[in-house]
Amino acid sequence: MSIRERLSGNEAIAFAMKQINPDVVAAFPITPSTEIPQYFSQYVADGQVDTEFVPVESEHSAISACVGSQAAGARTMTATSSCGLALMHEILYVAASNRLPITIAAINRALSGPININADHSDTMGSRDSGWIQIYSENNQEAYDNFIQALKIAEHKDVQLPAMVCQDGFITSHAVENIELIEDAKVKEFVGEYNPECYLLNEKQPMSIGPYDTPSYYLEHKRQQAEGMKNAKRVALEVAKEFEKISGRKYGLFEAYKLEDAEAAIVIINSTAGTAKDAVDKLRNEGKKVGLLKIRLFRPFPAEEIAKALKHVKVLAAMDKTESFSSQGGPLGAEIKAALYHEKESPTVINYIYGLGGRDVRVEDIGSVYEDLYKILATGITGETYRYLSVRDQEGK
Amino acid sequence: MTNKINIDETISWQEITPGGNVCASGNSEEFHTGDWRTIKPVFIADKCNQCLLCAPVCPDLAIPVKDGKRGDFIYEYCKGCGICAKVCPVKAIEMKADN
Repeated sequence: MSIRERLSGNEAIAFAMKQINPDVVAAFPITPSTEIPQYFSQYVADGQVDTEFVPVESEHSAISACVGSQAAGARTMTATSSCGLALMHEILYVAASNRLPITIAAINRALSGPININADHSDTMGSRDSGWIQIYSENNQEAYDNFIQALKIAEHKDVQLPAMVCQDGFITSHAVENIELIEDAKVKEFVGEYNPECYLLNEKQPMSIGPYDTPSYYLEHKRQQAEGMKNAKRVALEVAKEFEKISGRKYGLFEAYKLEDAEAAIVIINSTAGTAKDAVDKLRNEGKKVGLLKIRLFRPFPAEEIAKALKHVKVLAAMDKTESFSSQGGPLGAEIKAALYHEKESPTVINYIYGLGGRDVRVEDIGSVYEDLYKILATGITGETYRYLSVRDQEGK
Repeated sequence: MTNKINIDETISWQEITPGGNVCASGNSEEFHTGDWRTIKPVFIADKCNQCLLCAPVCPDLAIPVKDGKRGDFIYEYCKGCGICAKVCPVKAIEMKADN
């Protein structure tokens, strides 16, 4: 029987870590992910895990310790947020190119500046091209489920890439909600042991890791790395199927919510998807054909499948909880538009920037997005395709 | 992958090892580091007393030692760092321009 509990998103991750019982956790505290290593270090102190806990002096050191540890052959994890992830940036690429399946619990928080500790996606979106698998979570349950699945995807022999499991800082990391936990033994059996083919502490097979790569070989290594990322899509679905057997919960590459017959839809990431589902329900009650697509896998980006799920929609809003300063929208908007480019008929896409620095997004705010989409449907006039949602504007005064 | 595979400039992306990892030991002799030298050591055999202070300080494999005696430089491994010339107590190694 699964265990019914009530936990915050951070507690859920720490609990998943306890159940996985990794070989090494190296971490440095940063709001709002601090509680994860804090709770986990308590498990270590209480002897509930066998993990070697390495308290380091910075996030650059945290991820560097993770690289060394995973290369040695140890299953390794860490947690971070915002500027912490930014400080890891250099080593994120090293972890990915050395094909080390480290797992990061990334608790989304705005990057400075102006300095801000609340949720948006500027931190992990800044790491989107580092070669890490990125899985996003709407609530504590998804964060827990995704974290357990992530290392199994990452460690798969056809993937061998690190993974970050993302959730919104404070909104889900600190809010306590009901959760269904899986029994310890089932989690342990599901994740199994980490058995890399090559590792530094293997005395029978000496190895060198991370050598200098000349122009004659770097391109081939990157192409091979890209193949691992391509494979991650297939493996994520295989792992999700296995996970369903032990949890009863179904996961795909993304979640389609009332999307099948939708004429107006939004694409959204993390906790605001919950708010948006409320807005969808309200509008559906009024007879409006609205739907939603919630991103789960952002890296790799399941473009083909997303295009298939969205091509029948007439107007679409891609919701970015981050800026990219391209002057034409955010990273999700760019991916969605690229995914739809090869479709003969595809929706008009409006790219909204919303909720930066933890700005509250209410059901009415999402409702106003659908209102905008219906205006376009009714008039045929698209207008500005790069918009800010609920920003205080002189014109609105 | 548990056995070493040979990697040269014809290898495809499918065959190359992940991240360039080398799953074998003692393979630095396959990597020739001596192609970007500007000065080179010259061995003056007549002055050499075979004290062998030079061989262990060479960062690469440029000084071969056989039966307790050093031979001439293997320039494929010599970057021209000059450490050997510095340690030689009898000036049996001279650094010269390498054009």
